[in-house]
Amino acid sequence: MSNVDFNKETGPREVFCGLTSIVWLHRRMPDAFFLVVGSRTCAHLIQSAAGVMIFAEPRFGTAILEEKDLAGLADAHEELDRVVNDLISRRPEIKTLFLVGSCPSEVIKLDLATVAEKLNTRFLGQVRFVNYSGSGIETTFTQGEDGALKALLPLMESTDDEKLLLVGTIANNVEDRFKKIFNNIGITNVESFPPRQSTELPKIGKNTKVLLTQPYLSDTARDLKHRGCEIIQAPFPLGVEGSTKWVLAAADAFKIPELKVHEVIAPLANRARQALEKHTEILRGKKLFLLPESQLEISLARFLHNECEMELVEVGTPYLNKDLMEQELNLLPDDTKIVEGQHVEKQLDRVRASNPDLVVCGMGLANPLEAEGISTKWSIEMVFSPIHGIDQAADLAELFSRPLKRNQILTSKSLATF
Amino acid sequence: MELTLWTYEGPPHVGAMRVASSMKDIHYVLHAPQGDTYADLLFTMIERRGQRPPVTYTTFQARDLGGDTAELVKRNITEAVERFKPKTLLVGESCTAELIQDQPGALAKGMGFDIPIVNLELPAYSKKENWGASETFYQIIRTLLKYKPNEIEKINPQRWKSLGRRPKVNILGPTLLGFRCRDDVIEIQRILSEQGIDTNVVAPLSSSPDDITRLTDADINICLYHEIAETSCEWLKRNYGMEYTTTIPIGIKNTINFINEVHEKLDLPLTNKKELEHKSKLPWYSKSIDSNYLTGKRVFIFGDGTHVISAAKIAKDELGFEVVGLGTYSREMARQVRAAAKDLNIEALITNSYLEVEDAMKKASPELVLGTQMERHSAKRLGIPCSVISTPMHVQDVPARYSPQMGWEGANVIFDDWVHPLMMGLEEHLIDMFKHDFEFVDGHQSHLGHTATKGPENKEDEHEPSNVSIQKKGSVLWTDSGKAELTKVPFFVRGKVKSNTEKYALSKGLPEISDETLYDAKAYFS
Repeated sequence: MSNVDFNKETGPREVFCGLTSIVWLHRRMPDAFFLVVGSRTCAHLIQSAAGVMIFAEPRFGTAILEEKDLAGLADAHEELDRVVNDLISRRPEIKTLFLVGSCPSEVIKLDLATVAEKLNTRFLGQVRFVNYSGSGIETTFTQGEDGALKALLPLMESTDDEKLLLVGTIANNVEDRFKKIFNNIGITNVESFPPRQSTELPKIGKNTKVLLTQPYLSDTARDLKHRGCEIIQAPFPLGVEGSTKWVLAAADAFKIPELKVHEVIAPLANRARQALEKHTEILRGKKLFLLPESQLEISLARFLHNECEMELVEVGTPYLNKDLMEQELNLLPDDTKIVEGQHVEKQLDRVRASNPDLVVCGMGLANPLEAEGISTKWSIEMVFSPIHGIDQAADLAELFSRPLKRNQILTSKSLATF
Repeated sequence: MELTLWTYEGPPHVGAMRVASSMKDIHYVLHAPQGDTYADLLFTMIERRGQRPPVTYTTFQARDLGGDTAELVKRNITEAVERFKPKTLLVGESCTAELIQDQPGALAKGMGFDIPIVNLELPAYSKKENWGASETFYQIIRTLLKYKPNEIEKINPQRWKSLGRRPKVNILGPTLLGFRCRDDVIEIQRILSEQGIDTNVVAPLSSSPDDITRLTDADINICLYHEIAETSCEWLKRNYGMEYTTTIPIGIKNTINFINEVHEKLDLPLTNKKELEHKSKLPWYSKSIDSNYLTGKRVFIFGDGTHVISAAKIAKDELGFEVVGLGTYSREMARQVRAAAKDLNIEALITNSYLEVEDAMKKASPELVLGTQMERHSAKRLGIPCSVISTPMHVQDVPARYSPQMGWEGANVIFDDWVHPLMMGLEEHLIDMFKHDFEFVDGHQSHLGHTATKGPENKEDEHEPSNVSIQKKGSVLWTDSGKAELTKVPFFVRGKVKSNTEKYALSKGLPEISDETLYDAKAYFS
């Protein structure tokens, strides 16, 4: 492992909870509904993060706990039953219903697993129920997806067929590109998890080789391993370098010669490096500070340093799984300062003291930092934009060069200079 | 348990944040898990605030629950007081912390700080955002005035005369994330100063704890938003005898009523009554012959209590619309909204479910919707023009330009904002008429959003009510001549004409609807 500088911090945080991942999960599986069992705060959080109003009727909602639900748990279970019945009669097209635990439901120990089990019996053949927790006392932001995928694993049948399984939600067009590349190098049986329909779950087994597309799937990866799958060690497919090494790792697992991979990838990589150049011109030598939020921070830091030549001031991450991140950490320059966890006030002190050119942070912090004259990129954009893969490398760089470019445009013509 | 796909109001601690963020020199320690920090973006993104809300989240995690979460609360309070040096500290909890019962407010009071501490107990499982804002404002006033000895038994609203100064008032209720509060305050202060009335304190917006302790220097209070300030105004009246105004100065009539009410309470002669008639362009614009087509326009109104009651009055009395639906999500103001609806001979809709509102909207078949951002989306799906008049806030509701709802300029803004979508409606009608001409460019539906190309929001289930299958309903069949005649009816009344004609045909037991039936029905209903 490279010589990075690990630090831990605790204190007040500025991070979303795992419920937020419903926003992209429900889009990936259009036949699924996500029902949060929580409070008005949970409902308000998701609608604030997701811009819910654009939907006639969104495929996620909250069963809001009321005072009488807190008084007796038995009643709460009955109430949840009633809400689910209403929901299913209203939305008969729903094939999978995720019961999503929240901070309050975890604290009052509402047993969603038992509820899901009962409902599964009752709605057998019509709707499947799974449960997981997206609560902020246990999960941050993208970790919610880890919980949702882990919850689906028991439903997945076994197979001994050899296959490559891409795990983690990625944009559909990116998924298609990946499959094409794998086909071209000779891996033809490629499937994705989560699938595009919740009912079309891939089968898994001892000949399934898992390639993670996202760095926040620790629990899912562990359970896949328990089911006999091989977890391919690789950096994550962000940027040309990460994506190339990611494909190479898969090729290695399928015993495909490296030369074959380079044959397929070289023209794509050349094209991508050319496209990257104009962003690198803007990003080169600029100081970057990443606050913890999406869990993509380490991979982004690696990309922005190695390919866009930015200087890394500090790389925050909500939590660190050194096993999953090993390959990424090896690619970071020596002495990179990694901070796991957060004390938001102290971290902002360090932001101000280090005077970075760009800060990656959450939406709550971005405008206040801009008002202090510090350019920002808000991290939620990383989970909504197609950023994975070689073809997307320039688009990914553009997310970071745009605020700097904009800053240049606005300051050079600002009123102050007239 | 209540199934909620979308909610008009956030939890009560978000209301408390609205008050805290509106004020200066104040800090709020909120016992809450990390996810609750989402609320910061309401202020930094929607309001485009350049400062973070003055809130410290204790960020307790599952592993803390077995241990000492009270210690965690104390550590956060100590750090927040040291770092931010507030003049007043608010301490409270969000929904999850309420369950673990650490009583952070009581803890804070035992820590020996020499600043006032306001203990906020906001029941998250029964109350909502506006209630939380109102309660927080009230608790701040109560706590801070307790520190000030009560020298005055009862404040006489006319005391300014004997004190030899101009009358002065407090403007209470405006907060961040309140609908156009920023500009309403400017407008109201302008109106008052024209009458020789000074503003003592505006609160919560831009006020400090020091300002709160000066509230009793004013002669009367102006309750600008009942949702936020009524409880506080009542308390100030009970304890200090301070009178307060209840008229909401939205619309010409109520702006004049408001000015009269202020003058009566202060016993200040109103000298420029005649001038007031000409302060806003709304009366003349409404009277000008161009506005003839506004007569009897069917309008559906839904939003917070303050804005819907005002909107109904303006719609009916100042623009000559017909109010065909009135409702609110503010349960605290249900009584007043019901009374306003009764005056209009309709029944008020009191609900927190936007789907119920959309259903009611469909049934009322209005030509204009005045609502929240959610009603804007519902109206868009139904092809009905809409103007937004109420919270919950959206980034579009914080315009760069001066854009109040209250007072004279507010009336101007309202005329433009409500009438322009209708103009666009007419434009749409022209497009409908000329859409077969070669000059016509598809996608030019200017009132449906701001872009010519259809955005993602149009995709979900956009349809015009006029296009719903003609033969769907019951046993009534539309003949070709009937169908042809129906398509000639302007699109904005087509839905209504169709349902009326079917209702007529069913009541007369007619098996089919021809062009003549349509005219029979027209004569029958007119």
